[in-house]
Amino acid sequence: MAKRIEVSDLDIYYGSFLAVEGVNVAIEPRSITALIGPSGCGKSTFLRSLNRMHEVLPGARVEGKVAMDGQDLYGADVDPVDVRRQIGMVFQRPNPFPTMSIYENVLAGNRLNSKRMKKSEADDIVEKSLRGANLWTEVKDRLDRPGSGLSGGQQQRLCIARAIAVEPDVLLMDEPCSALDPISTLAIEDLMTELKERFTIVIVTHNMQQAARVSESTGFFNLNGVGQPGRLIEFNPTEKIFSNPDEKATEDYISGRFG
Amino acid sequence: MSTAIRPAPTGTDAQPPVRSRSRLPRFAPLGLYLAGIVVGAGLSALTSFSVASTVIYGVLLGTLAVYVASRTVEGRRKATDRLVTCLVTTAFGIAMIPLVSLVWTVLDNGLPRFDAQFFTNSMFRVVGEGGGAYHAILGTLIITALATVISVPIGLMTAIYLVEYGSGRLKKAITFFVDVMTGIPSIVAGLFAFALFTLMFGNDVRLGVMGAVALSVLMIPVVVRSCEEVLKLVPNELREASYALGVPKWRTVVKVVLPTAIAGLGTGITLAVARVVGETAPLLVTVGLITGTNLNPFDGRMATLPVFAFYQLTQPGTLTQAFLDRAWTAALVLIILVMALNIVARLISRFFAPSTGR
Repeated sequence: MAKRIEVSDLDIYYGSFLAVEGVNVAIEPRSITALIGPSGCGKSTFLRSLNRMHEVLPGARVEGKVAMDGQDLYGADVDPVDVRRQIGMVFQRPNPFPTMSIYENVLAGNRLNSKRMKKSEADDIVEKSLRGANLWTEVKDRLDRPGSGLSGGQQQRLCIARAIAVEPDVLLMDEPCSALDPISTLAIEDLMTELKERFTIVIVTHNMQQAARVSESTGFFNLNGVGQPGRLIEFNPTEKIFSNPDEKATEDYISGRFG
Repeated sequence: MSTAIRPAPTGTDAQPPVRSRSRLPRFAPLGLYLAGIVVGAGLSALTSFSVASTVIYGVLLGTLAVYVASRTVEGRRKATDRLVTCLVTTAFGIAMIPLVSLVWTVLDNGLPRFDAQFFTNSMFRVVGEGGGAYHAILGTLIITALATVISVPIGLMTAIYLVEYGSGRLKKAITFFVDVMTGIPSIVAGLFAFALFTLMFGNDVRLGVMGAVALSVLMIPVVVRSCEEVLKLVPNELREASYALGVPKWRTVVKVVLPTAIAGLGTGITLAVARVVGETAPLLVTVGLITGTNLNPFDGRMATLPVFAFYQLTQPGTLTQAFLDRAWTAALVLIILVMALNIVARLISRFFAPSTGR
């Protein structure tokens, strides 16, 4: 299930603008990897390049290699749609489909791809995914209500349920808690810790306590100045990053002496 | 951050928190306007009394009186506020005059023949009184429906192309030509369809479908424009959410973007239909008119309401009043049609809008 991702010499462009330069990193399966760094340094761009969501934007492209268990995700014969089926994503702002009920939202990944399944099978997937996202007890009596009627934290967990319902190998999370209150954040952090048993999780966060709490490894992105490409400055086990980082810049950022 | 909190005012000598000024009584503006009207009637009677001049004098005097009264009692800021309120209300009133007058005139002249016979009889072998627009009403419905069937797929798909797929020069060119097409005079659309069908079928061809093509030329740009605006309103996050689930782009458009925008699309299309249902000139040159009932848009001339009204008005027979009555009733039916389409558009946007479930 969970797979290892290896990135080598990855350059990410927006048109002719080089946004992220020379990333080399190996993301371990069944663990949480956190990406931290100042705004605009390319964390989210890097995250989106892992499941080929980056190229959805006009003019965006990458150079270099991203491999999942040895298979090149940017190979000529690889369909980006297949990549995204294996690597799920949760976004910063909860975005349930407004035309669909909670039930349909969880099944969206299957239904939108016209996967045929029996009613009982679909019910099982919905219950399993919602239980997996710690949302089942809160919504089990109103599965036919619109997903947009839930609170922000519930909507975000619904989005996580939707992402894990298609059984991906990897789960990417782009600041999943930045729009949520501390209690909802805690619920999602607990959820991530449970989910890492089954998935490889990569999370972008601005909250360094969050990175320290949940992740095994942490990558620090930084850029030298406006207009310069972002770089992965340091990638180490989280404990080391937060206690004894190799790089001065990492220490400055973590201790708040940045800039 | 704790400063001394002022004790709550007690007793009669306490200062109110906001400086209050004396104000005009609530019904003062209305009273002043009524007084203005009365004086206006007097002024009007000095020359030769008429309702129009009474209202004009009255509104002018009333506005002046309200401003002066407010300026003396309430001060400059409040007076300016009242003056602008008066001007805005007056402008609204002026804008309403043609609308109310039009509806009133059409109702007044159209109601005498707004009877069962009008809706069940055609003009076949009718030269005087009686007769109806049964053939024209059905003709209008058929041709408009046909125009909708042609325009909606083309217009909607163009809009989808512009919003979801298009980029660069082609997109700019299409947008430009759609804008140009929006401004095409309706007679030009009619002549285009006329020329097109003459080239294909020879001279003197008159078909219902020609009218539908002419109306489509007018309708497509309206559909493209309104659908484009609505599709742009669909949040990009929903598209990304769908892509991230491994859904191909075309499925995302069909199953996520279109359902999310369905209310706006329905409204836009209905309003585009309402826009062309009353077109006269293109139908005049392409469809013509007959007195009998022809429901086949692929065979010969058809009657339509606008053209029917036009001919009843311009070519009355010996019993002129009967023809004029029929023209007015046809106009009334057209207005009712357009109004019904607008109501349908509102209902669509209400019932199909994504509910929040709260």
